[in-house]
This record gives sequence, structure tokens and C-alpha cells, in this order.
Amino acid sequence: MIAFAELLERLVFTPSRNAKIALLRRYFETQPDPDRGIGLAAITGELSFATAKPSLIRDLAHARTDPVLFAWSYDYVGDLAETVALMWPSASNDAGPPSLPEVNSALQTAAKSDLPAIVAGWLDASEPPVRLALLKLITGGLRVGASARLAKIALSEMTGGRIGPDEIEEVWHGLEPPYERLFAWIESRGPKPDPADAPVFRPLMLAHPLEPADLEGLDATAFRAEWKWDGIRVQLVSTRGGRRLYSRGADDISSAFPEIVAAMNFEAVLDGELLVMRDGAVAPFADLQQRLNRKAVSPRMMRDFPAAVRLYDILFDRSEDMRPLPFDARRARLEAWYARVQPARMDLSEMIAFHSLPELAERRANARAAAIEGLILKRADSPYVPGRPKGLWWKWKRDPLTIDAVMMYAQRGHGKRSSYYSDYTFGLWNGDELVPVAKAYSGFTDQELIWLDRWVRNHTVARFGPVREVEKSLVLEIAFDAAQRSTRHKSGVAVRFPRVARIRRDKPAAEADRLEDLLRWVGDERAA
Amino acid sequence: MLRPETWLKPFPYGLFCEPGGFFIDPTRPVDRAIITHAHSDHARPGHRAVLASPATLALMRARLGEDRAGGSQQPLPWGEAITIGGVRVWLEPAGHVLGSAQVVMEYAGCRVVVSGDYKRCPDPTCEAFALTACDLFVTEATFALPVFCHPKPEHETERLLASLALFPERTHVVGCYVLGKCQRLIALLRAAGWDKPIYMHGALFPLCRVYEAHSIALGELRPATVAARDALQGAIVLAPPGAIQDRWARRLVDPVVALASGWMRVRQRAKSRGVELPLVISDHADWGELNRTVDETGAPEVWVTHGREEALIHACAQRGLRGRALRLVGYGDEDDEGVSVEEVGAQAETSDQAP
Repeated sequence: MIAFAELLERLVFTPSRNAKIALLRRYFETQPDPDRGIGLAAITGELSFATAKPSLIRDLAHARTDPVLFAWSYDYVGDLAETVALMWPSASNDAGPPSLPEVNSALQTAAKSDLPAIVAGWLDASEPPVRLALLKLITGGLRVGASARLAKIALSEMTGGRIGPDEIEEVWHGLEPPYERLFAWIESRGPKPDPADAPVFRPLMLAHPLEPADLEGLDATAFRAEWKWDGIRVQLVSTRGGRRLYSRGADDISSAFPEIVAAMNFEAVLDGELLVMRDGAVAPFADLQQRLNRKAVSPRMMRDFPAAVRLYDILFDRSEDMRPLPFDARRARLEAWYARVQPARMDLSEMIAFHSLPELAERRANARAAAIEGLILKRADSPYVPGRPKGLWWKWKRDPLTIDAVMMYAQRGHGKRSSYYSDYTFGLWNGDELVPVAKAYSGFTDQELIWLDRWVRNHTVARFGPVREVEKSLVLEIAFDAAQRSTRHKSGVAVRFPRVARIRRDKPAAEADRLEDLLRWVGDERAA
Repeated sequence: MLRPETWLKPFPYGLFCEPGGFFIDPTRPVDRAIITHAHSDHARPGHRAVLASPATLALMRARLGEDRAGGSQQPLPWGEAITIGGVRVWLEPAGHVLGSAQVVMEYAGCRVVVSGDYKRCPDPTCEAFALTACDLFVTEATFALPVFCHPKPEHETERLLASLALFPERTHVVGCYVLGKCQRLIALLRAAGWDKPIYMHGALFPLCRVYEAHSIALGELRPATVAARDALQGAIVLAPPGAIQDRWARRLVDPVVALASGWMRVRQRAKSRGVELPLVISDHADWGELNRTVDETGAPEVWVTHGREEALIHACAQRGLRGRALRLVGYGDEDDEGVSVEEVGAQAETSDQAP
């Protein structure tokens, strides 16, 4: 548990992806089985035990600490588990902290009524970092700061690249903690685990952004076009071993969309876009967001935000692997499969007929539905290749919407940008006051960042901790993909994917856009 | 016995000993001052007469300049008592930084110890805290919350060295306060076997030289500013906390940013400083040490100068001790981009104290 707690501690504070991979790799290389496997499961969110409620921690704290001091401490630290981890009175327990497998099996089997005493015993035997990891683990609040994907990349690096992360991904969901067969394979001590009929995830094929320069060399006749829908990319896997709905990052999101899983009354692996649809019309992304990141879903949510899948591709028909086939052949198979199976809550992504790129460009420009992000171009002869191979699939996003906004606040970035003021809050005029509407931290070049950083430092009017309030005089053109109503923002509107498009040094702040100008785009979306 | 409040009076800008006619650590220029230690919030420039330990005076001269360190400067060696206006006064080590002292005063049958800032954990760069029994103990309370339980400093330097082993190509830049923390960190690293040169921000050199003049060996120190980029790969670079995340640090390639401070115990503090490797190393007593020290002095009454006084007074009251918050102002009160993390922390605390 000590090594695991140390790993978590470092991951939480490490901004760089490569450094996180190095930390994970060292952990897997230095820890024995089954500890590292349980650690891997904790990091990838695959541990399953009934988690304790925060009230358990609160009750323990009240039994061991002075209520006044606890209240002050909690107020200061701001996190319940951390407060208890830090102020838990050190007891003279020589047993040493529990191991991760010990904790895992105790949590799997312990009666609920025994839990407080077990946890108190562990806390007594541990130092603050281990206590914190324990408390976060048992309350299910382990925010690792590293994705499951990073863990798989770290495992791949252990093999010196012999086994790619995608190969690990393909067997992953057929495995269970503590993953001893996986580690044996990684360390060349055992064969590649065979997932057999398990509903495993297959890494997705992704599209490259299409830049104007790429467009010139494109042969229109070699490509097929589809709309790019603003939902989340999913993979539907239904085998004799089970049914799963995966996000594009290989997270199992089945439990959040039971109606989709119920409709997977077939044996196939499909690629599609998860959307909220009402009477065949795609709802804005904000509606889908209501359904995401939920462990369970109420009937009411399912009624108000009905989910559906728009199918793009077929990867497996029963056990037949379609991925080596060219796109045209797969599409024909998908259409035949759809006609035969007629699955509920699913439809086919429309193929857009076109003869030339200018014609396609026009259709793209005229697509007003907010749920359309742009076009996807797929080479007719492209096999289904995991990752983002260049030249096979392109995403040709709609030109972004733009507003001219005034910089209001700036904050330093993270990692390489930690000495630069690179995160900005922008506002638009509402009457004669500015209301914040967006935060952006990308879109500018390194040269522009240097300029912006210096501008912030020279135009600071107030400081609030790490935040600088700046003189309201710099206008920036902000690009964004859509505007949506939001009750969470003071302005009443949320913008999607805001980024800095241009620094408008020429434009006086008084001439920046008004909130009404942004609200117009919301209206545009509702009309669509 | 004359009650101490009749002759020792807290003014917002310092504690005043009336019969002796002197202030302790006043935050504005006065006639006569006794200075517990050379941190800038305790040792201000411009007093007419200053009495302090010899090392504290040397550090003050290095920081403030010969003339601003005090019109007349009287060094008082450890344990040597003098009488000022009928008050018997001597200094005992406080274990905070080099030269840091507790001021012991005896007057009309009453003994008061003003601790200044202190710690109980051993520190190779300064004299160990000397416990002195007294009737009134005047203490700091910088880390007076039960969440502050500092780990062993050796454990923290071990974490730094482990990180260097894992990322041998990355410079490890450690933010540390110029006086005390910097030299202690160097000594801890040397004790842990790090015998390579340690690179430093220019602001750290003058006080390191004072430490060396007091026979505290720090090994080879080199300026980071002039070092070749290659030399800094896998090197330890020390800098004031204000510099590690700012423009100065841009010269470093892909650094691991560490910060050595007691505040690093709390994640949110480390997060908001953008620190990748928080090192919990403090020159102040933690919660356990504060309470233990209060108890060991045997004093029935405790005054708290600055910090989280309410928590310490609450805990003392539960043990039947009388507590009083002096609410002295001016200790730890600098800008967020100033040099001292301790000071930034203290400032943030005053702002959370609003009811």
C-alpha cells in the first residue's frame, strides 16, 4: 500500500504525460503480483466493491478527534478524506500498513457493520499518504490523474514496444484483477491471454483534421462522406460472452445507457455515435451530457433524454472480422446487417452523395444543424485500422463561430506553461458591464503566448491568489463550435470548445461583441 | 509574583517589555529591539539599538547592510544573562534557523520565555531548541492545526533523490526560502549522500556564505544562472519559491518543480502553487511539537503571537492552560510573488480567518 500511495501522490501532481507513464511503469516493474495487479485495477477503475459512504469517515473522525479542531481543520483543508488522513492520531501499531490485496479482499468480503473497525485499524497502522489512499479507495473517490489508457501505454513500454497498447486494449476487457496472466505475457513468461468470447474493446479508427493544404491533393472520387455528429463516439460489442457499450477511450459506459444495451440483441461489434434523439432529430450535446458520467440512470432520465446510436461501421459480424475489408465492402455489409437485424434505437449514418470537393464544401457550409460538427471523409478502400493513420480518414470540421471578447482574468498554465499566464477568461458586454462567457487556453502560437504573458503582467489591476484581473482593454477573437443555454454560467450561455483565434490589438474594448451577439447563436441552434 | 501582563505589553507592532524599555521583533523601527531571528518579518531595518545572538546579527548585516541592521548592535551569546532596567534577560536557542533565539526574561519573580519561531526536530544547520521552564510561554502558531504533522525531513529528501533516479535527465528545481530552509536542505542532501555540486539562484549565495562562516559546511555550490544547460540535466537547482514558477525558471529544460515547505502537507496548497514534487520540510514546529513544547515548559499561561492561534488556545484550554491571542500584525505579510512561501501562507491564512 505504501508504494501505491506514493504513486498516487506523484500522479496527482505530475502534469506531463510522459512523466506519468514513467511513474506507472516503475510501479508495475517494482511491485510484486498480486499487488501491482490490484493497483492497476484501482487506476483503471476496475475494482469492484461496495464503497463506503463519506459518513463512515466522518463518524470515525468524530470518534477520534476533537470536534472543534476537526471543523477548523476540515475548513482549512477542504477535503474530508485528506483532513482525516492528516489529523488521524498516530497510534502505536507496529503491524505496518495493510497491503493492497489485503484491503481489496477485506472490502469484498467484510460485513458493512465491521467496516468502521477495519478501517480504523488500517488508519492506525499507516502514515498520512497511505491513510489518504485508503480513504479515497474505500469511498470510491480515487481520482488518479492518469487514464486507463496511460496505464496500458506504461505496460506496453515495459515490453520495449514489443506489445503495443492497442494489443493490450484488445485483450483487456477479457481479463480480471489482479491480471497475473497479463503481466506474465508482458514479461514474456506466458502466452498472450485469449479473450475467447469476452466482449472486449477494439481500439477505434480515428480521423485526421483536414487542413486546407491537405484538401488540394485530395481525389474526390476516392472518398466517401458522412456527417460528423456532435455526440460521443462509441463501440457496441455484443458477443456470446456479454454486451458492452464502450466510449472511445475504452471506458465501459454500459450501465449509463441500459436502453442501448437492451437493444443489442445481436452478435456483432459496431462503431457509431451516441446521441440523444427525439423523433429522429439529434438533440444538442448538452442533452447528452445529462446522461454521461452516471453510474445508474433513472427512468425519468431515460424518458427525458432518450439515447440512440447512429451507426458508422461494422467491425465484426458474429466472429467474422470485417476490419481488413475496404470501407465500401464494410458499408455494404453494415447496410445488409442493419436491414436484417433492424435493431431498436439505432439508425445508419447517411452517406452524402457528391461529385466534387467544391460541392461537398458547399454542403458543409450550409449544414446549419448545431449537432453537425462537420464532415468525415473516408477513403473507399480504407481498412479499419486502430489509431489515427494519416490519409485514410479526414475530419473536415465546420468553420467555427467567432466572437470578439474582452480579456478579464488570467491564470498561469500547467507543466511547461507554468511560468506563463496562458489561461484566460473572456467577457462580452451586457449593458455597460462585462460578463464572463468563456475560458480559453489554446489557439495561440508560442510567439503570441509570450506576447500575451507580457501583456497580462503589464496590465494587472488586481490579484486573487493565482488569478490576475487585467485591465479590460484587450480584445481577442474567440472561436467556438456551438453556443448553448446554461444555468450554470452567470451569462446564461455556455460555449463549446472556445479557443483564441486572433489577438485583436486593433480593436478597442468598447467595440467588442455584446452578450446578445452570442445569444443569437443559441437561437440559431434551436431553429436547426 | 507580578502578573506578566502588567509589564509585558503586546502592541500591534510588537511585544514591549516596559521596565526594560525594549521591544521584541518589532515590525516598525524602535529605540531598542531584541531580535529573535533574522527572517525579514522579525528582523526589520532601522532600529536604534539591536540586541540579538551573534549569528542573527551577522545574518541581519548580510541581509540589510551594516548600517540598517541597527544603529548599535549588541551580540549576546547563548545563556549569558544581562540586566536591562531590572529585567534579567538571556537568549536560548530556538532551533528555527541559524542564530534563532528564544528570549528569556525574569522580572519580579516571574519568568517569561518568548520563543520567536521554533522547531523541535533536529536541524544540522542550527543550535537545537533549549527547553526553559517558565511562568509564561509566548509561542508562535504558524502550523497550529492538527493536520500539520511534519514527516521526517530525511524521508522528504529521499523522495527528491528517488525522483532524480527516476528522471535522471530532468533538472529538479526546489523552491526554498533563502534563509534557513535553503541551507538546511543542502545539509540534508549532503547527509543523504548527494555530493555533486548543487546549483543555486544568485539570491541564495550571500546567506549560504554566512552559514559557512559559522562552520556549517555546505559542499560545492554553483550559480545556476551561468551553468551550461547540459550541466543542469539531472542536477538539483535551488531557488527562492517566487522564482521556481516564474520567468527565471524558463532557462531550465523540462524541470521537475519541487517546493520545500510545511504548507506542502496540504494538497490544495501544493496544487495552487503548481508544484510537481511537494516536499514537506518545515522550520516551524508542527501541531504535536507546539503542544508538547507548551506542556514541557510547565507554563500555566500561553500567549500566541501569530498564526492559527485559535486552535492552539482551544487545545491548551482543554488541558487547563490559560491562552491569549496577541494578534501581532506584520509577521508573514508579503506579496504572493514575494520570496517566502511561509509568508505567502501566513497571508492566505489571515484571509481565511474571516468569520
